[in-house]
Amino acid sequence: MDYTLLFIQTLNGVQLGLLLFLVASGLTLVFGILDFVNLAHGSIYMLGAFISASLTFLTGNFVVAVLLALPITGAIGYLIERVLVRRLYARNHLDHVLATFGLILVIDTTVQILWGPAGISVPLPAWLNGQVELFPGVVMPTFRLAIIGAGLVVAAGLFWLVNHTRLGMLIRAGASNSTMVSALGVDIKTLFSLVFALGAMLAGLAGMLIAPITEASINMGGEVIITAFVVIIVGGIGSMKGAFVAAILIGLIDTLGRSFLDDLFALFMSQNAAETAAPAISAMLIYILMAVILALRPQGLFPPKVR
Amino acid sequence: MKRLLSAALAATMLTTPAFAREVKIGFVTTLTTGAAVIGNDIKKAVDLAMEHIGGKMAGLDVKLIYADDGFKPEIGKQVTDKLIKQENVDFVAGYIWSNVLLASRKSVLDSGKFLISANAGPSPLAGKLCNKNFFSTSWQNDQTPMAMGEYLNQKGVKSIYIIAPNYAAGKNMVAGVQRTFKGKILGKDMTTWPTQLDFSAELAKAKASGAEALWVFYPGKAGGAFMKQYQQAGLKDSMPLYTSFTIDALSLPKFQAAGFNDVLGSKFTQEWDPSLDNPQNKRFVADFKAKYGSYPSFYAAQAYDSIFLIKSAVEGVKGNLDDIDGMRAAMKSANFPSVRGKFTYGNNHFPIQNFYLREVVKDADGNWTTKVAKTVYKNNQDPYAAQCPLK
Repeated sequence: MDYTLLFIQTLNGVQLGLLLFLVASGLTLVFGILDFVNLAHGSIYMLGAFISASLTFLTGNFVVAVLLALPITGAIGYLIERVLVRRLYARNHLDHVLATFGLILVIDTTVQILWGPAGISVPLPAWLNGQVELFPGVVMPTFRLAIIGAGLVVAAGLFWLVNHTRLGMLIRAGASNSTMVSALGVDIKTLFSLVFALGAMLAGLAGMLIAPITEASINMGGEVIITAFVVIIVGGIGSMKGAFVAAILIGLIDTLGRSFLDDLFALFMSQNAAETAAPAISAMLIYILMAVILALRPQGLFPPKVR
Repeated sequence: MKRLLSAALAATMLTTPAFAREVKIGFVTTLTTGAAVIGNDIKKAVDLAMEHIGGKMAGLDVKLIYADDGFKPEIGKQVTDKLIKQENVDFVAGYIWSNVLLASRKSVLDSGKFLISANAGPSPLAGKLCNKNFFSTSWQNDQTPMAMGEYLNQKGVKSIYIIAPNYAAGKNMVAGVQRTFKGKILGKDMTTWPTQLDFSAELAKAKASGAEALWVFYPGKAGGAFMKQYQQAGLKDSMPLYTSFTIDALSLPKFQAAGFNDVLGSKFTQEWDPSLDNPQNKRFVADFKAKYGSYPSFYAAQAYDSIFLIKSAVEGVKGNLDDIDGMRAAMKSANFPSVRGKFTYGNNHFPIQNFYLREVVKDADGNWTTKVAKTVYKNNQDPYAAQCPLK
């Protein structure tokens, strides 16, 4: 067994997991606290990527572009909440799904009209575009390490916000009984708008961080949203801790599956059969995990304690 | 006189229905999703071809109906069915994706219509499932990477690592490069198509394998993503990259805008290049650039050819669209001006043609394009032709 490779792949898995966490944390906030199913979360992720891509070309600096794009995606999330989502809280989940599916079509088409179908390749500044040698033989692209760093900082910030601030206390209180909180004189509507905007910002940030690796493209939201739902179902809907653990778990399972499954299969079947079976099975692994979790522990790994 | 006139009138009335027919062409391509970039380039080329032929073939009006496959085999089959049953088209052309073409193949061929692939070339259609009414204006999937394998031999590369998507074309491409490359293949990863765009795990494995070079096949936006991650991984000097269908005229402007200079000098194989010196190609490339402001992609070139192939069929039977055998014979002779120059059709109706090594260079205006570095194969036929029972 090649331990250097295992270590690199573990880092790659953690990096993928943290990116998933950024998307899933926004989804789980909105789903868990506002009890709102937001299919269009992936479209906001895409918007973040396109806005930061354009700003990168405008300002000539990726980091500045991200810092500018964050409040813009937050504002877009706020607007979406005020105009559309707010009217739907009292309705059932199917209505949420229908409305936000419509929103996906609207946002995707708008992006296609504004930016065209081609997608945008986002350049990185030279200092982010290189590689870092962590140990002899372990070389990682700098930007992947930057994603790990950014993901951990955001995760820490979110835990602090939700668990140790007054705003976080209100959010948790609003989640367990919004009528009571509102009766105590708290402006619950504004609070919910802010939570939705925060979710949008997190999704946007994930899109901004993935764009220099892949590119800003139409339908990138559709590709991530399903995995994000798998993450929050495995982690327990509404739980920030669950989203974090499940995202890292799924990132690792996906990456390690892609890396080592064919070698593993080759131990007990022919090389040819292993080569054919491994990609198919590794693509299924995270769904198999979800099915197992749903069967054994339907509430997820870390269901929130409230309610 | 009166009798003559009425006879003439009767004659025209009898003959007009047959000749007032229009040539109906259904063109299936991808017009939504991110892959619409390719479909739009193809559409531009087909529109240009229509302009160049004045919208007519053998004096008949041509009606062109575009259909969007949504990048999905099941939708591709649905729209193909609709073209056949509802629109009753004479030709169905297009098809970027092998899996879409394989899903739609039966609907067209069972109805006795002509099926023209302007891109996809899955191996079954060249071998056991070959059909007298199927023609290709592109290549069989294996051929382009076979030329790449041959080029790797010529360069003296001893070992490679392979990364490609896990679908019909990906498997053919890998088979192609394996068929001709004489060195060792130190590892192979097949990734989920089309959703997987992050290749960190595969690149790490490739690097650990110690292979001398890396070969990949990633069409469309996956290609751009792969090129960037390859560069971010810093493998350029230790593990040179060779590609098939990964860099094209659609991705080059994007790479140039992002200042991605590593792409300059990249080499890949293809049956066509904008710099090929023949009158049809010169007109096509010049007019395409003048009309749309960009270089045409190889997808566009093949789509442009498909319209001229159909035109040669209709002209071969002087507009008598009921003469299916006559149209087939006309197409089989490949007697039309192709942008790749003269080629012939094999028994399975795939072109027997040259393959060139293309190199990414800057043109006189500073735009990134390609030129022909050398000819890798002359008159190459695909390896499945022998399995095809057609004569």
